[in-house]
Amino acid sequence: MSEWRPTADFAALGRRAQLLSQIRQFFAARGVLEVDTPLLASAPVTDPNIEAITAQSPSGEGQMYLQTSPEFAMKRLLAAGSGPIYQICKAFRQGERGRRHNPEFTMLEWYRPDMGLDALIDEVAAVVALASGSADVARMTYQQVFEMHCHLNPHTASLVELKACAGQHLDLGFDSDDRDLWLQLLMSSVVEPALDPEQISIVCDFPETQAALAKIAVNGEGQRVARRFEAFYAGMELANGYDELRDAGELVRRIGDDHRRRGLSGQDLPPIDRYLLKAMPYLPECTGVAIGFDRLVMIACKAERIDQVIAFPLERV
Amino acid sequence: MANYSTNEFRNGLKVMLDGEPCSILENEFVKPGKGQAFNRVRLRNLNSGRVWERTFKSGESLEGADVVDQSMEYLYNDGEFYHFMDPESFEQVQADAKAVGDASLWLKEQDVCTVTLYNGAPLSVTPPNFVELPIVETDPGVKGDTAQGGTKPAHLSTGAVVKVPLFISEGEVIKVDTRTGEYQNRVKS
Repeated sequence: MSEWRPTADFAALGRRAQLLSQIRQFFAARGVLEVDTPLLASAPVTDPNIEAITAQSPSGEGQMYLQTSPEFAMKRLLAAGSGPIYQICKAFRQGERGRRHNPEFTMLEWYRPDMGLDALIDEVAAVVALASGSADVARMTYQQVFEMHCHLNPHTASLVELKACAGQHLDLGFDSDDRDLWLQLLMSSVVEPALDPEQISIVCDFPETQAALAKIAVNGEGQRVARRFEAFYAGMELANGYDELRDAGELVRRIGDDHRRRGLSGQDLPPIDRYLLKAMPYLPECTGVAIGFDRLVMIACKAERIDQVIAFPLERV
Repeated sequence: MANYSTNEFRNGLKVMLDGEPCSILENEFVKPGKGQAFNRVRLRNLNSGRVWERTFKSGESLEGADVVDQSMEYLYNDGEFYHFMDPESFEQVQADAKAVGDASLWLKEQDVCTVTLYNGAPLSVTPPNFVELPIVETDPGVKGDTAQGGTKPAHLSTGAVVKVPLFISEGEVIKVDTRTGEYQNRVKS
């Protein structure tokens, strides 16, 4: 029929362009440098839950990857002494297609040397407010939201308790012995829909097993937690921020862990980014965060589906 | 049958779940930026008509169900079974009252219906969107009253009861929308 046409209307595309310009002004005013790193990468992330799209190497030999986030390249810039930087770029993830996902999407990512997590969270809230208009900000720990909405302590609950809680809320078509899988299911299917859609909810102190590339710290109750936060608004996950890991040895250990988990589930073992490893000793103390830009536009346009804010989703390219 | 992975789930795809043939109504992809992806899937059990909502780990798969929609001509009812025929292969199937359900109100011999077959046996029957049926019983027509509202019940040859305008008379043939059960117009014979 009219499949050559964009799925977004021009009012939405106009708002999208306006938001891009607002964000650039926002960071320019704060002295954060806009950077532009390659989309083609020799090594993708090793996170078992993120699968990169492969591309043939331009030399014709071997394969490369479309980046899943500009994190590694931006950290190399930070290590080389860039100071605060931000980037608005495309990122690609295999298999991620749905109401709020397109395998090719736009990411806003920035890094702040010498800025603490609290100040970074304020900055995230200010960026979200560019799209949402003014909104209250509520900060909670991962433990608090689980106690409130799942009535359990996510750090100490047993596998059986987590499964039972998931079973109360959902009709399940699978089983698993992975505690984190159940926590992630409860987070996305029970906690996230229960957060107040009108406020910017910041959830921090994730379990240390979900640290990704964040530092680990001990909280007031003696619990080891990841110095990591997520931001939610309008029932959507918007941002993922870290107090960035700087320990190369720990990075290697976490990559090894990812590879082991990938091996167990029969996934590919992607190469390791050697440049990142070499740069790690020079990475300054910093915090960093990534926001799904398309979701910000969804908020600005009060859109229900990502297709309403991007011109051509996967099925139209 | 082939297996279908969650990323191949589309509306209308027929799959087996708990040994029952189901049709997928909705497939929502749920994934945190960091973490496992899931699919929240709404399915209609084609045997019972009940709707299930089940959560799967993304990448898992379900066996396809041998369910096909086939255009078939309605032949007759032998008192117990409704008989349909593929107008091209002349192959015949018989459907019981449970499979035919409310479609029985609109079945007219020689009309082409959609018969949903599961492993070759009828699971459900969908009548054509529009059928033309004679009125066997209704109050006498009111001449001249063609414009004003006002309706009366009319009994059709199949047993269906439809609201018709006052000017319609017994013996006339009318066109009905089977999806809503609403009168459309009078058919000139």
